[in-house]
Amino acid sequence: MEKDKKTFDIKGMHCASCVIVIENSLKKIDGVLEANVNIATEKATVIYDKTKVNENILSSAVSNVGYQAIIDDVVKTEDEEKNEKQKDLHKLRTKVIVSLGLGALILWGSFPGLINTSPMILRNFWIQFLLATPVQFWVGLTFYRATISAIKHRTANMDTLVVIGTTVAFGYSVFVTIFPQIVTRIGMESMPYFDVSTIIIGLILLGRYFEAKAKAGTSEAIKKLIGMQAKTARVMREGKEIDLPISEVIIGDIIRVRPGEKIPVDGIIIEGESSIDESMITGESMPTDKSKDDLVVGATMNKTGTFTFKATKIGGETVLAQIIKLVQEAQGSKAPIQRLADLVSSYFVPIVMILATFTFVVWYILGPDPSLLFAILNTVAVLIIACPCAMGLATPTAIMVGTGKGAEQGILIKDAESLEIAHKINTIIFDKTGTLTKGKPEVTDIIPVGSINNDELLKLAGSIEKGSEHSLAEAIVKAAEEKQLALSKVEKFQAIPGHGVEGFIDGKRVIFGNKRLMDKESINVDSSIDKISEMENNGKTVMMIAVANRLVGLIAVADIIKESAKEGLIALQNLGIEVVMITGDNQRTANAIGKKLGIDRILAEVLPDQKEAEVRKIQAEGKVVAMVGDGINDAPALAAADVGIAMGSGTDVAIEAADITLMNKDLRSVAMAVILSKKTMKTIRLNLFWAFGYNIILIPVAMGALYPLFHILLNPIFASVAMATSSISVVGNSLLLKKKKIIYK
Amino acid sequence: MSLDKIIVLVAGVLVSWFIYWFFLGKKDKAVSVSDEVDIIVDGGYSPEVISVPKGKITKLNFIRKDPTACLEEVVLGDFKIRRALPLNQKVVIEISPETSGEFVYTCGMGMYHGKIIVK
Repeated sequence: MEKDKKTFDIKGMHCASCVIVIENSLKKIDGVLEANVNIATEKATVIYDKTKVNENILSSAVSNVGYQAIIDDVVKTEDEEKNEKQKDLHKLRTKVIVSLGLGALILWGSFPGLINTSPMILRNFWIQFLLATPVQFWVGLTFYRATISAIKHRTANMDTLVVIGTTVAFGYSVFVTIFPQIVTRIGMESMPYFDVSTIIIGLILLGRYFEAKAKAGTSEAIKKLIGMQAKTARVMREGKEIDLPISEVIIGDIIRVRPGEKIPVDGIIIEGESSIDESMITGESMPTDKSKDDLVVGATMNKTGTFTFKATKIGGETVLAQIIKLVQEAQGSKAPIQRLADLVSSYFVPIVMILATFTFVVWYILGPDPSLLFAILNTVAVLIIACPCAMGLATPTAIMVGTGKGAEQGILIKDAESLEIAHKINTIIFDKTGTLTKGKPEVTDIIPVGSINNDELLKLAGSIEKGSEHSLAEAIVKAAEEKQLALSKVEKFQAIPGHGVEGFIDGKRVIFGNKRLMDKESINVDSSIDKISEMENNGKTVMMIAVANRLVGLIAVADIIKESAKEGLIALQNLGIEVVMITGDNQRTANAIGKKLGIDRILAEVLPDQKEAEVRKIQAEGKVVAMVGDGINDAPALAAADVGIAMGSGTDVAIEAADITLMNKDLRSVAMAVILSKKTMKTIRLNLFWAFGYNIILIPVAMGALYPLFHILLNPIFASVAMATSSISVVGNSLLLKKKKIIYK
Repeated sequence: MSLDKIIVLVAGVLVSWFIYWFFLGKKDKAVSVSDEVDIIVDGGYSPEVISVPKGKITKLNFIRKDPTACLEEVVLGDFKIRRALPLNQKVVIEISPETSGEFVYTCGMGMYHGKIIVK
């Protein structure tokens, strides 16, 4: 007996009784030793004899009682799907070869100019009939089937048009073959058009063959993301290291990762350090150094060191799984620009059918002799040339490629609408702290006022700030801790948003914050005003501390500007986008930083809850506004903006308020997101222009609009060539987007 | 105008009217759904129009029986769902609409339509 254990997902469970039903069904299998089903995790764990039981038996035991077992979900279904697609493509190719081969023979025996070189047998109408029939009814069966089931629903599609078009050509040809004398009697040459029906079917299928191949390329990004997942994890269990499939990793597992290995799931490092390549998630090419207590993300690559980490997120909770979900959702969403195409395509086929009828009637009544033949050929041409598919494919294929390309660069776009609006952005507001700057301010100056010394002042500030969550507080507490100052106990601590903090230390009221707070508390800072101005002019944030309503000192903190900031902002300005900085800092500090970054429009002294209003104010100027922030403190502002862009940390994905989440902290990504949007929209516009233009121009040509003046008519065979190329060109154009580089200057 | 031409003219008008009436003049009756519904994908969707309650999870079980390439995906754009429908397999899509209204779902190319009415 060979024991094995497997854990897999179960779909369709909704109550505790399901657990028992599934467990019983699994236990009944000969060779299953133990079966446990967990309703909370929707997973089953089975211990079984490998020689007697396999996955299929387990899976069918579950499905027999009405549930679905997902065993090795990603790998299996993907392979199956791929095989199925391959088989379909292969069948399609055979059909294309058969129909075009037979069609070519018929064409050889019937086309003026070629006919003289062909063997006599091919010129025989009955032989042509014989060659055309399998194409019409075996190769063309898919068209007939689709048409019949569509007609049942009172809908019509491309297949309906192909069926009517080729059946008319085929039927007429059969009539001519069987009753040539009748045709001659009404003054027409008894000439069948089997070449038209067969070659049209062959070419349309050829078009579909290429289209199917190309379409597979549009969803490649998702497949790539899924493929990034690690397959196994080296987990420490009962003191031993064992390799487990990642589906069996549970939260809290300790996992060891060696150099050159993929990190299997998300977690936190508990021992060791290493440099980790996170480019697949964040798009950031430089590896990040990580050590104890740092977060690691599944699917990223460990470069140099060995470390162990504790799994904190598994399965659908991991960053990668969430990215996949987000991209899938974005690809499933609809861009506003698509609405017109949707509307048109829902009426398109019936309208083309009416136009074809109209064509027939007009040619029959007004056309030159033989009017019946002209009427038939032009009607067929109209039916064949109409291509609603190109319109339907124009937007979604480009959106799929665009969002996928974004994900590769660490730009996660929530939906197609956000991608569409992003190209119209003409103003971008950046939150300063944590976005333009690193968000990790450091204490730069400690200036006592009066008898207090530096350390005492820092101790006082550190103590009062200990309870604060403000990013500046962290810098001060850190500075105090670095000097190993023992912090005092604070009573009645209170944060005053946008101003500072207050509390009691040793029974005395201590307030710590900005000038606004001092003004509010009527504390005189005149003696230090020059010093304050000087520091603020250098871009430092100056905070004042007062004990018992008297100023005792100043502490200046400065935040470091990100290396990528200047380049990122210049890239945006080159795109013609106005850059605005918003900050709670006072005007002078803000101006100093703005100057360093080349930002002219600065919104300073804005309280957190006023940011949203500032965004709306700029929108009221008629601007299309994007707001860039961390997505946490500025969620309302992000939501209010036309496009909210959150700069993530690489470890959180679905920032609720954001339309676009940047997985890296690189400010150049903002410009890249805008460029990506512009390029995608350009592709969509070109696709739509092509798809609409094609139908609008060529349908009238097929109807014979050019005949009265130029005697130009569209041969139905050329109509099918044009039709086959139109969808491919649209999908191909979308795929070109993949090759385009997202460069900023 | 000769008789055959008159016949063709009249027939043309009748055929056009028929096409209009048959394809564009149909009225859909909504099928009321409470928890789940099987939607057969075969030359379209049946039932095509469903009405579902607001704020509740409704399972739409799509079962594709038609090999036409156009139908191999279903798109519920308003719910941000684009899902591949493998032939003869049940694909469960869960929606829990929060706003009432009419939401169109289509095939991957926007040729076939169905409607979800949220009440």
